[in-house]
Amino acid sequence: MVGIIDYGAGNIRSVSNALNRLNVRHFISSDYHELDKADKLIFPGVGEARSAMEALIKSGLTDWLIQIRVPFLGICLGMQLLLERTTERNTECLGLLAGESKRFGNEQTGLKVPHMGWNQVRHDSKMPLFKCIADGENFYFVHSYYVPLTSETIGTTEYGVQFTSALKNENYYGVQFHPEKSGPTGLQLLRNFVELC
Amino acid sequence: MLTKRIIPCLDVKDGRTVKGTNFLQLRDAGDPVELAARYSDEGADELVFLDISATLEGRKTFLQMVERVAAAIQIPFTVGGGISSINDVKNALDAGADKVSVNSAAIARPSFVDEASSCVGSQSVVVAIDVKRAKNTWTVWTKAGTESTGLDALSWANEVFQRGAGELLVTSMDRDGTTAGYDIELLSTLSERISIPLVASGGAGKPEHVKDAIQLGKADAVLAASIFHYNKISISELKLFLHNNNISVRM
Repeated sequence: MVGIIDYGAGNIRSVSNALNRLNVRHFISSDYHELDKADKLIFPGVGEARSAMEALIKSGLTDWLIQIRVPFLGICLGMQLLLERTTERNTECLGLLAGESKRFGNEQTGLKVPHMGWNQVRHDSKMPLFKCIADGENFYFVHSYYVPLTSETIGTTEYGVQFTSALKNENYYGVQFHPEKSGPTGLQLLRNFVELC
Repeated sequence: MLTKRIIPCLDVKDGRTVKGTNFLQLRDAGDPVELAARYSDEGADELVFLDISATLEGRKTFLQMVERVAAAIQIPFTVGGGISSINDVKNALDAGADKVSVNSAAIARPSFVDEASSCVGSQSVVVAIDVKRAKNTWTVWTKAGTESTGLDALSWANEVFQRGAGELLVTSMDRDGTTAGYDIELLSTLSERISIPLVASGGAGKPEHVKDAIQLGKADAVLAASIFHYNKISISELKLFLHNNNISVRM
């Protein structure tokens, strides 16, 4: 059973709809006693980092989130929050992974921010998360901050800079794109997470 | 490389898709959820649904449709039409939409853009701007294109960007429904000056128009309705055409 972590900041319904399409049994909860019963966890996130962290603190989820033992997938902001901090309103994050998220620069490059739309993910196809997904396949992105490349990076995308579009640290996975909004390719990735990770 | 987006737009009235010419003369074009699924299968990158129902009953029907769309397709979609309060914004996103498009309400009360973007994030707030040419400038119109605001399109676009809009959806009323091509000059003027994504709307009649909007108008995405609804050209044919013209698209 997959648990979707609800902390009032995330497109919960889209993730739930996508899991329904895959016939994956799941539940949505903000209570970690309930969420502890899940054998897989999904941590969605859309919106602004500081309000999201405040919502997590308010829900009492911050300590619980960094000691999870089951496969865990952070999506978009849900990945960024795993780092130590973000330059988005200088927010301290969960600190499970080293490093900080940064804003795409738009002055020097004429880059439009947010990075919005379908972009290619280059990845190591041997990772179970990317099984049956071609290297360079398009996924849907919408974000203004990015995770720089780290030793945990397993997928990269280019938008002015090369950034981390997927990462893995033990049982923790993170993706910057929205698999729940990335058509059949995104559904395949969610299926991989549920069945293989 | 970030691909250019092709976005079919569905105008919805009392639960049915309609599309007018120059904002008038509605013709019936089918069930929105069915059309949405078809477009998604054909390779649409996103969808836009505009509620043009004038009644409360029509609005309720629209929100139910949003829920059905969210369950039926796994690509992003924007909803607009009559969004005028934070409650409207939340209702649309809770029903499963990814973004809301705000138009007249932003003109009536510009701080609505700040409120909406700080509440749900800039990435979910699209500001739609309907413009008409006036000699060498463009003027913003409101209330479904029935009333001129006197605002200059470029300064209004800049203002909503400053207030936190995450994307601009710019419709040329002169071109809308005419199939005479997008207003390229309008697009390039805005795109070069505003650093959020620009969606071009109004005037698509053939693949060359879309190519021009992207290559000459520097649009990040193009929105079209009638060319898709009446099967003048399929999305996959359009994308192949763009790909063959060195435009990066998701195939």
